[in-house]
Amino acid sequence: MSGKTVVRVAGGQGFWGDWLEAPRRQVEGGQVDYLMLDYLAEVTMSILQKQKERDPNMGYARDFVGAMESVLDAVVNKGVKVIANAGGVNPEACAASVQAMAAKHGAAGKLKIGVITGDNLLPRIDELLANGHELRNMDTGEPLSLVRDRVIAANAYIGSEPIVEALNRGANVVIIGRSTDTALTMAPLRYEFGWAANDWDKLAAGIIAGHIIECGAQCSGGNCLHDWRNIPNLADIGYPIVECSPDGTFVVTKHDNTGGRVSVPTVTEQLVYEMGDPHSYITPDVVADFTSIQLADGGTDRVKVHGIKGSAATDKLKVSIAYRSGYKAVGSLVYSWPDALEKAQMADRILRERLDRLGLTFEQVLSEFVGASATHGPLAGVGAGKDAPEIQYRIGVRDADKAKVERFTREIVPLVLNGPPSVTGFAAGRPKTEEIVAYWPALVDKTVVTTHVEVLS
Amino acid sequence: MKVRLLDIAHARSGDKGDTANVGLIALKPEWYDVLVTYVTEAAAVTHFTGVITGGVQRYELPNLRALNFLLHGALDGGGTLSLKTDAQGKVFSTAMLRMVIDVPDAEAQALALPAYTAAV
Repeated sequence: MSGKTVVRVAGGQGFWGDWLEAPRRQVEGGQVDYLMLDYLAEVTMSILQKQKERDPNMGYARDFVGAMESVLDAVVNKGVKVIANAGGVNPEACAASVQAMAAKHGAAGKLKIGVITGDNLLPRIDELLANGHELRNMDTGEPLSLVRDRVIAANAYIGSEPIVEALNRGANVVIIGRSTDTALTMAPLRYEFGWAANDWDKLAAGIIAGHIIECGAQCSGGNCLHDWRNIPNLADIGYPIVECSPDGTFVVTKHDNTGGRVSVPTVTEQLVYEMGDPHSYITPDVVADFTSIQLADGGTDRVKVHGIKGSAATDKLKVSIAYRSGYKAVGSLVYSWPDALEKAQMADRILRERLDRLGLTFEQVLSEFVGASATHGPLAGVGAGKDAPEIQYRIGVRDADKAKVERFTREIVPLVLNGPPSVTGFAAGRPKTEEIVAYWPALVDKTVVTTHVEVLS
Repeated sequence: MKVRLLDIAHARSGDKGDTANVGLIALKPEWYDVLVTYVTEAAAVTHFTGVITGGVQRYELPNLRALNFLLHGALDGGGTLSLKTDAQGKVFSTAMLRMVIDVPDAEAQALALPAYTAAV
């Protein structure tokens, strides 16, 4: 226990691809204790697995090395600690790259990097299946054996325990692979305040603090529908910070003199994002109850959060499995006024007739008319897009047979000369055929996953 | 009186597999009960006819003055399988806000709900 009365955790990345400026702005804009960087979406692990197969030194979020470089001074001289799930399927290689970067700046001995492994279940899949762990799909109930030969990544979602251990052993940078996004925030709070492993309400509060800041600026005015026109200065948006007290109550805020907004509506929008059953938000550490959360205005850009209840964790871990699942391609053309929608619809009928004549059928064919009905479908109304200046015709196919999808990609551009008039927007040429890596969520007994913490210095 | 959800609520949506979730949040605390009463699972099923292929579940969060809707079969398979522009259900939020509900005049006036007049 540190004896601190408040711990400040800053969110600096909401996904791999987020604003490169954000981590540096978070450590330079004011005092923070921890910088939390979330890099992993559901399918990210499979992309990283493919990269590692091509090069054994790859397989982690490479943006993280640049982010560490941009905050190195704060870590070395101001004592800011960094927690990131940037390790992907190769946390060791990620740590080595960070060390090399630090050495280049003469800071080789200043980083103590905690490296957490054990989430990667890919090498153990056959052993698990042989021992009766069916790894059934949580959505469909199907056993993993159905797609076993196509599996390319399998990672258990790890909770806060190994991160707390790494901090206890003196790490000032913690690199983990597939942890839950929320554990990256809860773990340093648990470490600082000495919260017990069964102090469910406090652990749940830490998880909810994590949920609020895990998507970066999406809780501080970014992508916020409420009063969006009047949210100040999004160009200079401040990423979120939680100021947590030992009792688990916390304030969501952002640095002074930054754009964006932290208010009850901006935080509420983030709380409901990707929500399932709000009574039981299940994590490896605790089950949090979102119906217990109380929000209160705490002044300009400050929202107080309290009242959070949690209950005992389950005996399972979620496993994120990725498997090859056929091919897809999506192409588009743009038709202009007058009668843009009618022209686009005619192009669609012609293209589908040509596919029929070629004897090409697909598992799925989807046509969309962007500017009329692509995102809201029939809800956009009968007249939607009728007098639009232009309509994008967008068509995609999906199938197990790559050759069929390839053939489809050659049928779109010819419409420019042999279909309806006033067409443009084909500069990119034929669309690319992409292999689909699909997601298979499963559960596994906690007892079969053992994490390992190494602290490098 | 006709009331459009866009005028009394805000929303955010996201995905879990082939399910889109929509969190619907009352713009004023006193309007939350209107959402509870009129934006039922059945109303959502009717609203999303032709848009989703599965059912709807609704959860109440009175503490946040919000309802959470799970719209199943919303994303053409979801994730990387989906061919949709909105494969991750990001704008089901605003699709939900298109809904127009019927609130008895006395109740609507007592709560100062803004009336919706459909553009012709």
